[in-house]
Amino acid sequence: MSLAPLSLHKPNYLSVSNTLRSWLLTTDHKRIAILFLISITFFFFIGGFAAVLMRLELMTPHADVVDKEAYNRLFTIHGVVLIFFFLVPSIPGVLGNFLIPIMIGARDMAFPRLNLASWYLYLIGGIIVLTSILIGGADTGWTFYTPYSSVYSNSAVFTMAVGVFVAGFSSILTGLNFIVTTHTMRAPGMTWFRLPLFIWSHYATALIMILGTPVLAIAVLMVAVERMGVGIFDPALGGDPILFQHLFWFYSHPAVYIMVLPAFGVISELVTCFSRKRIFGYTFVAAASLAIAVLGFLVWGHHMFVSGQSAYASMVFSIISFTIAVPSGIKVLNWTATIYKGRVWLTTPMLYAFGFIGLFTIGGVTGLFLAAMAIDVHVHDTYFVIAHFHYIMVGGTVMAYLGGIHFWWPKMTGRMYPEGWAVFSAILIFVGFNLTFFPQFLVGYLGMPRRYHIYPEEYQALNILSTAGASILGIGYLFPFTYLLWSLRRGPRAESNPWDAAGLEWQTTSPPPTFNFEKTPIVTQEAYAYELVSQEDDLPGRPNPTEGEIPVLDAPPQEDQP
Amino acid sequence: MSSESSVLAHHFDDLEQQHEAATLGMWAFLVTELLFFGGLFTGYTVYRWRTPLAFEEASRHLDLWLGTINTGVLLVSSLTMALAVHAAQLSRHRAATMYLLLTVLLGAGFLIIKMVEYGHKFTQGIYPGSIENIHVPPELAAQGVQPNNVALFYSFYFTTTGLHALHMLIGMGLLLSLAVRTARGRLMGEAATRVEITGLYWHFVDIVWIFVFPLYYLIGLT
Ligand SMILES: [Cu+2]
Repeated sequence: MSLAPLSLHKPNYLSVSNTLRSWLLTTDHKRIAILFLISITFFFFIGGFAAVLMRLELMTPHADVVDKEAYNRLFTIHGVVLIFFFLVPSIPGVLGNFLIPIMIGARDMAFPRLNLASWYLYLIGGIIVLTSILIGGADTGWTFYTPYSSVYSNSAVFTMAVGVFVAGFSSILTGLNFIVTTHTMRAPGMTWFRLPLFIWSHYATALIMILGTPVLAIAVLMVAVERMGVGIFDPALGGDPILFQHLFWFYSHPAVYIMVLPAFGVISELVTCFSRKRIFGYTFVAAASLAIAVLGFLVWGHHMFVSGQSAYASMVFSIISFTIAVPSGIKVLNWTATIYKGRVWLTTPMLYAFGFIGLFTIGGVTGLFLAAMAIDVHVHDTYFVIAHFHYIMVGGTVMAYLGGIHFWWPKMTGRMYPEGWAVFSAILIFVGFNLTFFPQFLVGYLGMPRRYHIYPEEYQALNILSTAGASILGIGYLFPFTYLLWSLRRGPRAESNPWDAAGLEWQTTSPPPTFNFEKTPIVTQEAYAYELVSQEDDLPGRPNPTEGEIPVLDAPPQEDQP
Repeated sequence: MSSESSVLAHHFDDLEQQHEAATLGMWAFLVTELLFFGGLFTGYTVYRWRTPLAFEEASRHLDLWLGTINTGVLLVSSLTMALAVHAAQLSRHRAATMYLLLTVLLGAGFLIIKMVEYGHKFTQGIYPGSIENIHVPPELAAQGVQPNNVALFYSFYFTTTGLHALHMLIGMGLLLSLAVRTARGRLMGEAATRVEITGLYWHFVDIVWIFVFPLYYLIGLT
């Protein structure tokens, strides 16, 4: 473990012990968060590497980097690894684990050992998936559609399915812990409507985790059973492949919200802190999370408009899919209204928050295009769909994840990151992302289908743009990886509250002691009391704004410290 | 050993909070389990709705007697489980241990009967994935019932009862470890909570069977 021991007076959760054993057997939610941080970063680069190879292959219309068999395996690795081993556990596993107990004033999660078990299940699932890659990989895509996956595919589907199954239980245990922790572990005075919105959105996420994930688990288990020759979905054995699609999407549409609801929570924290304002419409933002969790379970059929589903079913699924845009829209509106007339402080986390709001909106609106049956039939299985969900997953979740990591980095590690480099890479990532995925909207609308390693010549120009963007994006991701590691030893020491934020997590030391607070805090106000904070005029390290002007910070605040 | 501080985990304020967390955690877990089995019941429902005659035909080949006896065994085990919880709450160690062991025994009885039943099916040539040994009576074949539709019933029968048996095994392991604790007289606060939430789990596994029994054994009766 390369985390530097910190020479503070009292031991904190990092310095308390540094043996490998103390890390692998820890039940401290903060250490488990660090374990998740390390392992999901590993899987992020594996899934990202598969994407790099795919983009290289797609630079020309012909097969010149990999052949079709290898390409099928690459996009399966890319999807399975980045969805189940990065996006789903990313914000909940790292930031959720670290922050939820601190934000509600608890000493730990309700079930610390289950929390550690969740990480081990994640790791075991991950090792099984890596094994399946090494013994030949699967070529079904992350969706495992039957009967191809269950009967016909000559690849390591069984092993990969087992890996996903095991990782699913990691997700279930995390969700279980979040729900019980939020219900039973709140500090005195921490009422439900004083909870940070980060907690509300993780609570909604956890509901989806415990309600949706078991359905994925059983669907994947049935695929594994059918691969052993027992008929379930294969028409030749009396089954119906569409049943698998229903079960799969019953989890996998809500899974979109498992991936993006935690991001909403992060953005609510960033936007309020760096606009120095109370969140606009707290109750609406909180209720919108729950509404999304509920409605998210009623829209799965929009993935099956061309699967022979009845037109009436499709109409209902289409209408409910439109409805779910309302709570998502409420969130975007309320963040915008929070920023409006706020005293905006353009730090790196806030840049990511701005990126998130814009990109998520594009992803959401194109999602409405796809929820309309006529357009969906036209662009189904094209790059338009790819671009749409990457705007949500990468433009949304990854941006929020990076924003959150920067925002809470001082709390987690006790060190500041280098602001200059961080701003530079945030901009690089934003540019690279848009250059990668915007051309995919166009090329998809023109008709380029997904999942092929070759394509007609006329699509090449847009594909070259996309590959160029992917190169910038890939390099962009290497910067935070590098300077955050660097900051562990060389970064300036962080104060308890470097952002002058109002949340409870900023009232303990950076990094926090093992039991988070010296004594259990008594909560008397909600987490967004920024009117009170900003009445004290001179905030550290930032210029005092004159009326109506938005100050841009070029000197990061940590450089004021000795 | 039995003072409050030794059974209260460090991160809880008091035993009440710990009890509340454990109970809520188990209920939330059972919701997860419900959806896990729910996938199998959904598949069953879809296919039975498509080919009701094939499912009824397949159901008639299950052993109604053994199924009924097993239902009785499980219901009695739920009773002994409830008695164990009651005894644990009153800190009656010996009674709690006895009821826990009785529950484990009844669970083992259920699994043995289930194995006998599986054995009968295998000797009849009915096992997961067997289609070639399934013969549809001519009058049903005339109504469009095909062997693979009948085989689907057995796919779900073996998968569902197999998963159910696995849950029983896990439950029996938990009950045994609790019986060891109660036999040693460690039954203050936290251990009683454990008996209670393991009881919730055990009742859930029974309830799954209460749905399995009519859906698989009784639909062929006329
Ligand atoms: Cu969807």
